[in-house]
Amino acid sequence: MATDPRGLITEPAVRVRDLRRSFSESGGVLNGLDLDIAAGEFVALIGRSGTGKSTLLRALAGLDRDVAGSGRIAVPAKVSVVFQDSRLLPWRRILDNVVLGLRDPGAAARGQQALSEVGLQGRERSWPFQLSGGEQQRAALARSLVREPQLLLADEPFGALDALTRIRMHALLRKLCEAHRPAVLLVTHDVDEAIVLADRVIVLDAGVVRADVQVAGRSPEELRTFLLEELGVTR
Amino acid sequence: MTITETRPRAVAPDIRVVRRRLGPGRRIPYAFWAGPVLLLAVWSAGSATGLISPAILTAPWDVVVAFGEQWTDHDLLGNILSSLQRAALGLSFGVAAGGVLAVVSGLSRLGESIIDGPIQIKRSVPTLALIPLFIAWFGIGQEMKIVTIALISMVPIYVHTHNGLRGIDGRYAELAETIGIGRREFVRHIVLPGALPGFLLGMRFAVTSSLLGLVVVEQYNATAGIGHMITLAEQYGQTDVIVVGLVIYGVFGYCADSAVRLIGRKVLAWRRTLED
Repeated sequence: MATDPRGLITEPAVRVRDLRRSFSESGGVLNGLDLDIAAGEFVALIGRSGTGKSTLLRALAGLDRDVAGSGRIAVPAKVSVVFQDSRLLPWRRILDNVVLGLRDPGAAARGQQALSEVGLQGRERSWPFQLSGGEQQRAALARSLVREPQLLLADEPFGALDALTRIRMHALLRKLCEAHRPAVLLVTHDVDEAIVLADRVIVLDAGVVRADVQVAGRSPEELRTFLLEELGVTR
Repeated sequence: MTITETRPRAVAPDIRVVRRRLGPGRRIPYAFWAGPVLLLAVWSAGSATGLISPAILTAPWDVVVAFGEQWTDHDLLGNILSSLQRAALGLSFGVAAGGVLAVVSGLSRLGESIIDGPIQIKRSVPTLALIPLFIAWFGIGQEMKIVTIALISMVPIYVHTHNGLRGIDGRYAELAETIGIGRREFVRHIVLPGALPGFLLGMRFAVTSSLLGLVVVEQYNATAGIGHMITLAEQYGQTDVIVVGLVIYGVFGYCADSAVRLIGRKVLAWRRTLED
């Protein structure tokens, strides 16, 4: 593997080179984007609407069959996606949703373990409509966890939740990531969410990386001002 | 929606603001029987007061008498079982064929281009008009009757299952792709349960269609069956026996439809709709 521009020695979990994607002839959404994510690293991706955040995430998830583009993407074998909506199958009970498609004999036990990790023990037999929005999103997290992903892609997973639930979910996600150490790419609108959760924050603008900062060693206030400026919000 | 509001220093009990219900509301016990019983009451009242003359419609009690006669003297039970067997066989083949065709045509563009057109054409040709052709192909025996009933009940199953399947939220397919499950499991976990509400609606139409088919096919060379009984009664001018046959058809249809709806409520427990 070639040396990394930032001098990372370990082989990155995610390696993206010169990624281009466009939905129309006129302009690209991603315009030659390069990105590396180390194993176990938590990266938050922020940017204004339409800067290509979701397009990048969907490209990494392999969900952009019908989008024109070029570039190289290397991702781990086990990738899991958490969407903005929980995307629980309404006709399957919670535990069946969590272990959906897993066929090994220990799946049910691991599913129950994952549900208790997200604080949903005892809700195995519930239908999705019986859960609150936050609980549904926790079940979706459990569904990702039980697959032991090396890369977790999250597209504004807390976007539809209220502020208090959001704070609880932040703590839960940090705890889970510390326990399972997947590489994470979290797409968010929320600068504070990015700072609280991530090891590194990337600002996307016009389909390329505009800023790429480590969270450690900076004060949250300083980082927040910097990121808001990069996003074009000045006061 | 209930909002309980407690005012400070108020001695009066809690004030509860309750919104007017817009849905149909709670289930009424035994509501299932209310409509048919009402119908029977109107019929009885009409016959008793002479508003409905026996020449137009036999009184309910005379139908009961005719029923007893048919039961003891003309093997009514045999006729009923014979009809039920025909309807059940035809319906099973029709449901199986309609379901399979709907899934194949719903999941594959190639399947759709081959299957969907002919079924739409078949829909616009009344099945009953095909009977002369079926008689030429299959004769006038049991085979022709079952094929006709199967074809008649296949169409609503196909149409509603296909519609239900195509109406499944595309985001679930996307989820299935990210989880990396195969086509077979996609069908098992997402396609079939997602299309089930459509299938059950199709089933309600198919059940009544199969009875419709039954009435017609049993007029051809049947030696047993309710249709056969009605045809004979028509020749002898026994209106009471005709009404016995009609009532039996009605009871079949109503019970079968209720059974489908009951099954629907059980297997669709995951839905929160106005039905509940």
